[in-house]
Amino acid sequence: MSDNIHDHIIEVRDLKKYFPVKRDLLSSLMGVPQQWVRAVDDVSFTIRRGEVFGLAGESGSGKTTVGRLVLRLLEPSEGQIIFDDADLSTYSPEALRQLRSRMQVIFQDPFASLNPRMRIGEGIGHGYKIHIPSSASERRKAVEEIMEHVGLTPAAQLYNKFPHQLSGGQRQRAVIARALVTRPELIVADEPIAMADVSVRALLLDLMIRLKQEFNLTYLFITHDLATAKYICDRIGIMYLGKMAEIGDLHDVYKSPAHPYTEALLAAVPVPDPTDRREKHLPTGEIPNPINPPSGCRFHPRCPIAQQVCQEIEPELRPVEGNPDHLASCHLRTGDYQHLAPSA
Amino acid sequence: MPDDNVIRAENLSVQYKTRAGWVSAVDDVSLEIRRGEILGLVGESGCGKSTLGKALMRLIRHPARITNGHIWFQGIDLMTLSDNEMRQFRGRNIGMIFQDPMTSLNPIQRVVEHLIETIRTHEPAVSDEDAHARAADLVDRLGISANRLDDYPHQLSGGMRQRVMISLALALNADLIIADEATTSLDVIVEAQFVELLQQLCRDLDLAILMITHNIGLVAEVADRVAVMYAGRMAEMGSACDVFKEPLHPYTQGLLKAVPNIHLEEDELYKMEGSPPDLVSPPPACRFHPRCPHMMPVCSKVQPDFETARGDHRTACWLYQDVPAEYQDVREGSKA
Repeated sequence: MSDNIHDHIIEVRDLKKYFPVKRDLLSSLMGVPQQWVRAVDDVSFTIRRGEVFGLAGESGSGKTTVGRLVLRLLEPSEGQIIFDDADLSTYSPEALRQLRSRMQVIFQDPFASLNPRMRIGEGIGHGYKIHIPSSASERRKAVEEIMEHVGLTPAAQLYNKFPHQLSGGQRQRAVIARALVTRPELIVADEPIAMADVSVRALLLDLMIRLKQEFNLTYLFITHDLATAKYICDRIGIMYLGKMAEIGDLHDVYKSPAHPYTEALLAAVPVPDPTDRREKHLPTGEIPNPINPPSGCRFHPRCPIAQQVCQEIEPELRPVEGNPDHLASCHLRTGDYQHLAPSA
Repeated sequence: MPDDNVIRAENLSVQYKTRAGWVSAVDDVSLEIRRGEILGLVGESGCGKSTLGKALMRLIRHPARITNGHIWFQGIDLMTLSDNEMRQFRGRNIGMIFQDPMTSLNPIQRVVEHLIETIRTHEPAVSDEDAHARAADLVDRLGISANRLDDYPHQLSGGMRQRVMISLALALNADLIIADEATTSLDVIVEAQFVELLQQLCRDLDLAILMITHNIGLVAEVADRVAVMYAGRMAEMGSACDVFKEPLHPYTQGLLKAVPNIHLEEDELYKMEGSPPDLVSPPPACRFHPRCPHMMPVCSKVQPDFETARGDHRTACWLYQDVPAEYQDVREGSKA
């Protein structure tokens, strides 16, 4: 936790990313209007230095797109991303290149993100070679040191292995080592442990928490798994169809979710206790098409408490019970229409 | 013996031929699935749970083969059927749902065509109209609106595709449904909707369902009984309450403690040492002994039988069995 609550490493303001929908030649000749997938639609949040900020939601919620925008692997359609007090879109190509060593990424599938023809040590050192002027022996030393840190031991021996010779857990450690070797400040981890087996998962989570302390890291932790998020995240943002539905301290959001979508997500998480089978009030249907999202609140067609106003007006993020650190965008729970909320 | 088993496997073994020799993916496994129950089969990747699911339907193909065992399906030993008989038997009695419905559905066939084809292949006497009516009935029961019958698979959402898969599995009134990671590609809310539907079907149609999954939380939510596999062998089997409340096998004990629980206050997960073994050269005797916190001398010498520890709760662990005389004097500690 940071001493100064205003020490933000990332500030995302009114971020939008629209992807064009492919038209065939005939439709473009006939002047059929261009359609857009609104993957991220007006999202704002901050990540405090030293925290683990979780971004959760179902597939199609836009969480991965936000991660890629923060890394500037994608250009935003609108909005700003402030990294360390400077707008990312104003960075020159050279500044951006230097920035890369300060923010790194861990993806879900370690097999797909390691070059199968590159020895593990070379793969880990590749970013180091690009970003830090160094001799081969310096590089090898740095790589072996980071391998020790992530538990890839004995490092000298594993250095020369190929990815297919490692176990799944070891491969994910190699991906973590590669992200850390340039000593970044921010790590965007996109479903970093989703592929790991249960018994390996706990070890990887523990490793990520330990490394965060050792290297003073900040994580943007993207996940669909709310049960796992509980063990690592300090704060969490819940996304639905490109919008932020709710955001706040993990404990506040889990203990007293304000948005009906957050409630539904939490209720749907399986609980490993057969004596704790509780009735779930699941919303009907599935996440709709982001090309023509529903009007008003995007969750209203599935929401169990939706009222007329929810179809008509889009809600804004507002504090939950006066708590400025816990925000939810729901007319009936945090907005001007709380008097319309059906009593439970 | 009152037999409400729909299927019962006895000492089933499956081996894969690899460059390193024959690998036992399933080693001497026995289990039964009873009418009206969901049996959850859990284990980590590579433990043999999917191979076991396929073996129960005799869907094992080269380079793998069933090397030993019997599969009794309502009095018939499936191992005695010819390939052709087996294909007909499978189609009529066993339904399958796999992880990725998109690869199991024909992309250029409408939903209704899938259903009619399935029905008419196995029941040629049924007319097109009757098959159509049955298809409409089925999708209605599964919560798919009738106007989706003429849709192609790509027009359906992931959850809807999985519902179509169950409708195909049920089209011929199968008694047994094998669902292999059927919810893994679904989002958590859709997954919860889907397993609610499975439970309801199991009750209404008195089905036997084998749910193969790595998602232990899901099994706790829906399964009546649970089977836990480790490195090709059955480690433990019992009612969901028994297995989750009083796991016997040290592997199950560790595994369950490593599962995140959103309702618990704790903020750290149990970390199990080591990782599952390579099945090319598994540890001798009990395959879990190198990772086991209660390891005894006998554990690395003799494989324990998979037998009843109490009531309907079985496990393969020396902690609950009489250790052979020659190892007895060195037996240390007692129960977990």
